[in-house]
Amino acid sequence: MNLPNTAQAEGLSSHPQAATLEFRDVSKTYPGSTAAAIQDLSFEVPAGEVCVLVGPSGCGKTTAMRLVNRMIEMTGGDILLDGESVRTRRPADLRREIGYAIQQIGLFPHLTIADNIATVPRLLGWSRDRIDARVEELFDLIGLDAAEMRGRYPVQLSGGQRQRVGVARALAADPPLMLMDEPFGAIDPINRERLQNELLRLQAQIRKTIVFVTHDIDEAIKMGDRIAILKTGGVLAQYARPAELLMQPADEFVEDFVGADRALKRLALTRVRDIDLWDLDAAAPFALVTGDGGRPVAWERDGRRQDVLTVERDDILRDALSDMLRSEVQYGAVVDEHGKVTGLLSVEIIHDFLVPEAEGEVHEL
Amino acid sequence: MNLLLAQADSGFFRNRSGQTDSCVERNGFCPNWIVHHLDRYVSPFWQHLFLVTVSVAIGFVIAFVLALAAHRRRWLVAPITQVTGILYTIPSLSFFFLLLPITGRGNTTALIALTAYTLLILFRNIVDGLDGVPDESRDAGRGMGFTQRQLLWRVELPLALPVIMAGLRIAATTTVGLAALATYAGAGGLGDQMNSQKEFISNVAVGGALCVLMALGLDAILLLAQRLLTPWSRARTA
Repeated sequence: MNLPNTAQAEGLSSHPQAATLEFRDVSKTYPGSTAAAIQDLSFEVPAGEVCVLVGPSGCGKTTAMRLVNRMIEMTGGDILLDGESVRTRRPADLRREIGYAIQQIGLFPHLTIADNIATVPRLLGWSRDRIDARVEELFDLIGLDAAEMRGRYPVQLSGGQRQRVGVARALAADPPLMLMDEPFGAIDPINRERLQNELLRLQAQIRKTIVFVTHDIDEAIKMGDRIAILKTGGVLAQYARPAELLMQPADEFVEDFVGADRALKRLALTRVRDIDLWDLDAAAPFALVTGDGGRPVAWERDGRRQDVLTVERDDILRDALSDMLRSEVQYGAVVDEHGKVTGLLSVEIIHDFLVPEAEGEVHEL
Repeated sequence: MNLLLAQADSGFFRNRSGQTDSCVERNGFCPNWIVHHLDRYVSPFWQHLFLVTVSVAIGFVIAFVLALAAHRRRWLVAPITQVTGILYTIPSLSFFFLLLPITGRGNTTALIALTAYTLLILFRNIVDGLDGVPDESRDAGRGMGFTQRQLLWRVELPLALPVIMAGLRIAATTTVGLAALATYAGAGGLGDQMNSQKEFISNVAVGGALCVLMALGLDAILLLAQRLLTPWSRARTA
C-alpha cells in the first residue's frame, strides 16, 4: 500500500479522474416479458463515491449494474457517464473505460497473472513498457509480490489472491468508473472482511466512482457512501447515505430489509471520534488518575482505586459499547493513538446518539 | 499359393546371395527378408502419410468453419452432427466405390472419403471445446471490452484447445487405419503394398507395423504440440 500518489495523478493511465454516473428514468423489460426488470430508476452517484445496489434476489440489482456498460441494453431512459450517454458509445470501447469485476472473478485460466492484469491495457494498445510498469504498480497496490506471482496461472492462487488479481485487472487501465458484482460473494467470512477493508483502503487512495452490487445489507452499509435499495421489479425503494437509511427508512420494505438491529448497525457505522464526548474535568463522576503522557491509570473513588476501561478513538461505537457492557462499567476513558486520554465516553452518550431527542422522553418512561 | 507367387515374381524367394530363403518359402515372419526389402515400403509410407495429413488438415478446416458457425447459431449443431454422423457410418469401401464413377481412381477419391470420416470427430470436439469455456471467463472478457472476434481468438479458442487437440489426435490415428483401404480407390499407400502380397505374412506384418508406427508418431507430435501450446493446462494448484 505504498503507491506514490504521483503515479495515479500523472498516470500511466488515461483517465485519472473519477466520473459521475447518472441513472435517468432507466427501465428494462426483457423481450417476451410483460413485467419490467427495472422501472424508472433514477439516481446520481457523485464522482469518487461508492454506490451500493442492494436488495433481495430478483430485484434487478445486477441487471441495473450491467445496463451501465451495456452488457444488457436498457429499453427506456438513459445512463450518463460524466454527462454523456452510454448509448452513444460503441459497447466494446465503453467497456474498456469501465472497470469490471464479478463474483466468479473470471480470470482467464490460460493466461498468467501478469497477462490477466494486462488485459485491458493490451486491448487499448498501450506500449509494452507502459503495460509492464502498470502491472508492476498494480501488484504493489494489491499487496502481492510481483516477482513471485507474475508468471503463475490462476489455478495456482488462493481464492483471496484471485479476488485481488480480479480487482487489479479491473483497475488496470485506471478507469473512471468501476462495476463490482458481489466481488466478495464467494469468499469465506474472515477473508471477505479483510478484502472489504482492503478495498476501502484502496478506495481512499484511488477515489474511483464504484457501483457495487451485493445482497448483504451489512456489506452495503460498510462499503457504501450511498446505498440504493431495490425492490422486486427493479423499483428503487430508497437512495440515501447509510446513516440516513438506518435512521429514516423510507418505508416498511426498507425497514424490514435493513433489519431489526438497525440501531446496532448504526453503532457499527460510527467511530468514537465521530461523536461528542464528555469533557473529563467537567463531567467525570470520579477523579481519573493519569500516568506518563496522560495515560489513564485508574479511577479514584472515596480514596480507593478502581480499574479504568480505555476506549480508542478509532474504535467503532458498537465495540466500545460491547466493552463497557462486558466490563460492567458506565464509562470508558477515550485515548488517542499515543495512549493519551482525550475524553470520556458513557453509555448515556451512546443512548443519546441512538435516540433522537423527541423520542428520548418516551423511552425514559 | 506360394508356388503361384513364385511364378509371378521369380526373384521373390531369393535373398541377396541368390539362394532360396527357407523362411520365405514357409511363409513365416522373416526379419532377414524384411531388412533387405524395406526400401519397397518407403514410397507407399510417404503416400500414406500424405493421404492422412492432407485429409485431416482439410477435415479440420471444414470442421472448424462448421463449428464456428454452430457456435454462434446453436440450432446448427444438431443437423451438422447428423450429416457428419451419416458420413461417418458409410462403410469406407462403399464410399470409395460410390465415388469412383464420379472422381475416378486416385488421390481425389481417397481424400474426399478420408476427409469425410474426420468431420464428425473434429466438429464435435471443437464444439465441445468451445462449450467448455467457463461462462465467467466469457462474461469477464465481454465486460472488459473484447469484441466477439477478439473473445473467440484470444479467450474461447485457446481455452478450447485441449479438447480440440484431443479430437485431432483421434482423427489422425483413425485416419491412418482407414487410409490403408485407399488402395481400393487406387490411391496407393501402405494398403497398396500389403494388398500386393496379402498372403505373405512378413509383408503384411511390415505394412501393418508401419501403420501403427505412423499413428503413434502422429499422436506423439500432436501431444507435444498440445503441451507446448497449453502450458497452463498442466499448472498445478500451489
